Amino acid sequence: MKNTTATELYQLTVHAAVAGLTSGDFSAVDLTRSVLARIEQVDGQVCAYLTVAGEQALEQAEAADRLRAEGDSRPLLGIPLAIKDVLSTEGIVTTAGSKILEGYRPPYTATAVQRLKDAGALVIGKTNTDEFAMGSSTENSGYFTTHNPWNLDRVPGGSSGGSAAAVAADEALASLGTDTGGSVRQPASLCGVVGMKPSYGRVSRYGLIAYGSSLDQIGPITKDVEDAALILNAMAGHDAHDSTSLPAPVPDYTASLTGDIHGLRVGVPAEYFIDGMEPDVETAVRTAIEHLAGLGAEIVPIHLPNTDKALPVYYLIATAEASANLSRFDGIRFGPGGKADRLLDNYRQVRGRGFGREVKQRIMLGTYALSAGYYDAYYGKAQQVRTLIKRDFEAAFADVDVIVSPTSPTTAFPIGEKADDPLAMYLADIFTVSLNLSGMCGISIPCGFDRNSLPIGLQILGPSLGEETILRAAHAYEQTTEWHARRPILA
Amino acid sequence: MKLSIEEVRHVAELAKLELSDDEINHYALQLSAILDYAEQIQGVDTSSVPPTPYVLPLSNVMRDDELGECLPNEAAVANAADAKNGYFRVRAIFEE
Repeated sequence: MKNTTATELYQLTVHAAVAGLTSGDFSAVDLTRSVLARIEQVDGQVCAYLTVAGEQALEQAEAADRLRAEGDSRPLLGIPLAIKDVLSTEGIVTTAGSKILEGYRPPYTATAVQRLKDAGALVIGKTNTDEFAMGSSTENSGYFTTHNPWNLDRVPGGSSGGSAAAVAADEALASLGTDTGGSVRQPASLCGVVGMKPSYGRVSRYGLIAYGSSLDQIGPITKDVEDAALILNAMAGHDAHDSTSLPAPVPDYTASLTGDIHGLRVGVPAEYFIDGMEPDVETAVRTAIEHLAGLGAEIVPIHLPNTDKALPVYYLIATAEASANLSRFDGIRFGPGGKADRLLDNYRQVRGRGFGREVKQRIMLGTYALSAGYYDAYYGKAQQVRTLIKRDFEAAFADVDVIVSPTSPTTAFPIGEKADDPLAMYLADIFTVSLNLSGMCGISIPCGFDRNSLPIGLQILGPSLGEETILRAAHAYEQTTEWHARRPILA
Repeated sequence: MKLSIEEVRHVAELAKLELSDDEINHYALQLSAILDYAEQIQGVDTSSVPPTPYVLPLSNVMRDDELGECLPNEAAVANAADAKNGYFRVRAIFEE
């Protein structure tokens, strides 16, 4: 590993690239070519991208350079970004990592992506994901597994593993992921980059291929906290196309990056320091908490008593919602069709062959939890326990400003280690799912490395619409440590 | 808690999934293990606890009933496996 002082354009953060473009040090075409060359150089090993849209990206970069010469100064003008393949991009193949959408070209663009484009950004490619965002390693992708740039024999985390690996390997300045139970924060942690899940409703879900509709949220994966704030600035806000997007005003999130966390009340939940956590992870996170105290924060021991119920509640609710959401994939309006003569047989055939093993398992689990005779015991009960989990957070945030914990109990695990054991894989999300159930916001930032030189993530959680506070805390930590500046070395 | 092969077949039919015998056996084991794990919430006292189906304080979000932008017909059917004259073509629903 090494500390970067950027010598190549592809190594830049978004804000450094914006500064360079603005002062005329290089063009958007130079920048885009540099990122495309980097993808060419290392993606054979990392396998972060499902689709690289190089030609379209270069055309848009040329257009961005022309516009800049004419005085255009939109905040992300000419910045190439990678987009998780569950987000619809007009004219660019979007598969959600599934064979059931092979070759699908969406007729419209997701609002979150469109807003980045409206701010001047361009889409350089679509990144690999566990099929329909269901997984914690990208091993459930219908296409291939992404490799962790820090150790190519290990998983990048998931489901937004392609987006996290692309940023860590400098194959993208920044990317978008989606987080239903930790799918932005956990891969960001395992790849040593910054990953943020905004509050539910902060970013429109229009054009996001749905997994669990009451949990899904789109978030940035970036090289530093300032970039997360810049991208959230462009993406956040109400959208008439999503009735669950919040009508709350959008502040300038970069204004919250003051570096000052004196008096910030930081809750440390006892339930998040459990048996089974790797000792290096615990040491790094406890050291990070001491560091926050050194910056003037007040450390407050707290309890989130229903934490151990979060995983079963999550898997019942997410799969129930998924079983309904994924009923739309019937081989008629999109994706490869079937060959059966009768309509119902065709549905069964298209779905049975087009969905992968884990997706079918989750559809089955959700269907069962919603079926007659079991609804009250599973789905209904899970919704009630969800209330208790949410109340835990509400009570905690009455007393503290943020809550900190490890993002993941382990660092990146070897490819194949948990692939045949769904329950072991589900445990990778043990520290992240509660946040989605409660609808609040969180961010994972690099806070150290384990004995195998694999990155460790610190999770900072805030209440609904508490983005400014978690960004402020994350930024203050980041700017007084050097973990975020390290990059893996890829030959 | 153990799902029988018959129950797994029934759920697969509800979900309209064609599964091989190997898959049926696999899911019977896996789903039983996951449901066993999920059993732990049954002991939580939730009498008088309301459910949380979604977290937002919004309800009945409406808009004016005015015609907005629509997808052009050709774009809407462009990804269909089978389309004719701007319609999705499907197999007959009713049998003779």
